Amino acid sequence: MNAELIADLSLFVLGLLVGFEVISKVPATLHTPLMSGANAIHGVVLIGVMLIATTVDSIAGYVLLFGAAAFAAGNVVGGYVVTDRMLAMFRSRS
Amino acid sequence: MTTIDVVARLAYLGAATCFVLGLHLMNSPATARRGNRLSAGGMLLAVAATAGLLADSTAATPTALWVLAAGVAVGAAAGLYGARRAPTTSMPQLVSIFNAAGGGAAALIGLHEVLRATAGSLPVRVATPAALDIVIGAVTLSGSLIASGKLHGVITGRPLVFPGVRAVNAGLGLAIAAAGGYVATGHTGLPVVLVLSVAALAFGVTMVLPIGGADMPVVISLLNAFTGTAVAMAGFVIGNTGLIIAGALVGASGTILTKLMADAMNRSIMNIVVGGFGAADSDGSVVAAKASVRELSVDDAAIQLAYASRVVIVPGYGLAAAQAQHSVNELATMLQSRGVDVTYAIHPVAGRMPGHMNVLLAEANVPYDQMRDMDEANPDFARTDVVLVVGANDIVNPAARRAGTAISGMPILDVDRATSVIVIKRSMGYGYAGIDNELYTDPKTGMLFSDAKVGLTALTSAVKTLVG
Repeated sequence: MNAELIADLSLFVLGLLVGFEVISKVPATLHTPLMSGANAIHGVVLIGVMLIATTVDSIAGYVLLFGAAAFAAGNVVGGYVVTDRMLAMFRSRS
Repeated sequence: MTTIDVVARLAYLGAATCFVLGLHLMNSPATARRGNRLSAGGMLLAVAATAGLLADSTAATPTALWVLAAGVAVGAAAGLYGARRAPTTSMPQLVSIFNAAGGGAAALIGLHEVLRATAGSLPVRVATPAALDIVIGAVTLSGSLIASGKLHGVITGRPLVFPGVRAVNAGLGLAIAAAGGYVATGHTGLPVVLVLSVAALAFGVTMVLPIGGADMPVVISLLNAFTGTAVAMAGFVIGNTGLIIAGALVGASGTILTKLMADAMNRSIMNIVVGGFGAADSDGSVVAAKASVRELSVDDAAIQLAYASRVVIVPGYGLAAAQAQHSVNELATMLQSRGVDVTYAIHPVAGRMPGHMNVLLAEANVPYDQMRDMDEANPDFARTDVVLVVGANDIVNPAARRAGTAISGMPILDVDRATSVIVIKRSMGYGYAGIDNELYTDPKTGMLFSDAKVGLTALTSAVKTLVG
């Protein structure tokens, strides 16, 4: 184990704890947008896909890259747009 | 670290902050939309910083950049189209498809890293998360697609159990453990990676197929948690803090939702994943004896509702299936204009995803302060004149309070404590649990046999003509 891995593990565990803390207060009314919004957040995998583009130089690699980029971009764009659309529907009495 | 590296890392920190604050703002319907936009802003920042890194470095070949841009364009267009055009009733399957895409992307990152490494050059600290990333990502990809198919009705919502499914699952599990262990310890090679990916994909299929429609809220949240974890693993593989933090956040949120949903059914996550009970889904074709059931005419029900002072509406999957959200709001508005106090009581697992009923009602312009969750609604049933149950079954079955039934111990809405109950339902068919609903034979319950939308529309016009 090197220092970098320890740091990454710390971030992972703290991220989990923050996640539990922040999300356990969300009311049941918002469970669908919450799930959908969280779904959009894991679209951050797109930056991972962008970064591996620097290491691709074969046909197979290009195919993988294209697939991963399309998946990730679909996840992030669709996720945020559909969540916004859902939340736009929630209104109070006034 | 070069300047651009520092800037990028700070941008990832900023993005992570936006994600956390964005999720925090989801605590209230009034701020939730702002929260989602803040989160999207953080995402934009992270993507822009990464684009800056790519532009600065000369490591990526021009072809790779074009392929990347083309992939992003195709994916973004498809995502935008789906998110804008899909009808509200298709949202559960849409969310599931986006989830599949995220899992697929995460798995492909792991796959790429393992495949490009020359034999023996992959350190264990990269190889282990890579193996986990491939397995979890691939299971999520195929599992979410199957879930989406079930939600869309392309694949039957009934639990599909084929003979030998346990043996197949055991075989797949062994293959995943063996190939995964081999890859995790730093070994590479196309054949073993292929075995791992294919076995994980197949496992996702055989995991979700036997799970019935009514358990979908649990499955969808579980798969969401899986994707978060897969993305965090991809972050470990490529050493990116943005992916690790965001993945952990989503993993935590999915886990909480999964737990909430499972608790609301009084079943363990294991029990749900291993296979549903009862084969029927929503209103099945099974018709029980109508012996001691009191059938109600539309006019009788309308008069009961119109002269009540407090009405609680309990929506279930039948409301979504009949797309009756607008009809129910019409009836409620009509009653409210006559001075009736109308609220909605929503069970956590009503529908096909967490909070499904709330989104449907919100679409029909029902204000969110009229939607009350189980804990808020239950104490008030005793003070309620009429409860109108629309297309809900197991979640209002008082049998859950007794020991020895299929739903014993499941928290329910205490509808039977109200003065009277009207149930709109197509037939006496069983709910998901496949047992008789004791609410229907309760003397204070009147059954209005009808499709939810037809029944609600008829009720509205009856209220209008009878007491208008």
